[in-house]
Amino acid sequence: MLDVSVSYNRYKFLGFEFLTWLWFLIDNDQETIKKTVPGEASLAIGNRIVLVNTRKDAVETVLIKGEEADLQEGIVAMRKGAVVAEVNLSYRNGDQEWRFTLKGESLGVSDLVPPATAPPESPEDAEGVFLEKVYLYESVLALIDKIFQHFIKERVSPDWNRTMVPRIRKWISS
Amino acid sequence: MGLLSSRVSITRYKVEGELQAPVVESVANILKENAIVDIDEGDTEKRVGWTSFDNPFRPVFENSSFVVGPYLIFSLRIDKKTIPPKIIKKQYETEMANRLAESGRNYLARDEKKLIKEEVTRILAIRIPATPHVYDLIWNYEASLVWFFSTLASANTELEELFFHSFNLPLIRLFPYTMADLLPGLSDKERDVLATLSPTDFME
Repeated sequence: MLDVSVSYNRYKFLGFEFLTWLWFLIDNDQETIKKTVPGEASLAIGNRIVLVNTRKDAVETVLIKGEEADLQEGIVAMRKGAVVAEVNLSYRNGDQEWRFTLKGESLGVSDLVPPATAPPESPEDAEGVFLEKVYLYESVLALIDKIFQHFIKERVSPDWNRTMVPRIRKWISS
Repeated sequence: MGLLSSRVSITRYKVEGELQAPVVESVANILKENAIVDIDEGDTEKRVGWTSFDNPFRPVFENSSFVVGPYLIFSLRIDKKTIPPKIIKKQYETEMANRLAESGRNYLARDEKKLIKEEVTRILAIRIPATPHVYDLIWNYEASLVWFFSTLASANTELEELFFHSFNLPLIRLFPYTMADLLPGLSDKERDVLATLSPTDFME
């Protein structure tokens, strides 16, 4: 494997492309999303998207936030060459909802709000509450891994340039 | 944001290598050896060490207290004394004025000024208590995975250094390339393609 700091910088575009692809799928290809989430679960864009455009000398950042925000501004930014650098997602499974932000560069998970758990009623309960929290974190991290795995398989296949890139381009330009 | 908070941030790591068996005993000994020591009484400005998840200001690693199910849970604590620059400036200028008055001179050499500043900072560091910053972590030993509950770059760097120093096991941060390389499912041929990828142009 390459040196960690070299590979972090050299391949951070993979994270930006992953989030751009994910937004495209959420908007246009729920069938593929269904293959990666369990059962009747769903994945949607949350309340924040950050796009960056590094094509010019200075980095341009576009921030879209708010529950009912118009995401069209993000599409316009992508037409000018921007990619998704950060996205807030809502993952629902049954009556439970996880909210979290994924940063493309690092794939770090921030602002993760899992479904609420009952507070421990006694010191003996603490272990159970802890294990429940870990299970809830595990659920969302496993989901990210599964989606990323799907992306990376597609990214290294000839279908990426042949099929997926033209679809994403069409979505951006429409 | 601790791991039981209503809102958390997580950075994931793969742990390379294994500890000497019995693992829990090895971890307990290593945590004790590298536990945080208070710096409130001295002039040390910063210290980093391990502490207990459930008692971060009185670290105890006895009786497998840090083991829950298959997980090892403990915390990284960074104690730092932050002396406001304006207080240093005030004390420094007061001390310089005293020295000038005592010596009868009207200037101080550069080395003298430097020594005064160091001394002022040292004395202030003794008087100012350290601010503790606690970051929880979960180590799934069997899966060789660590979840660190912060995405703060400085805290992650401290974790990587202390973890390696303590356990002699490198942590590989999981970011796009390392995740792609470590996730199961890619063939050797696909891994070769991964290494040669360049950014996609989504503009027509």
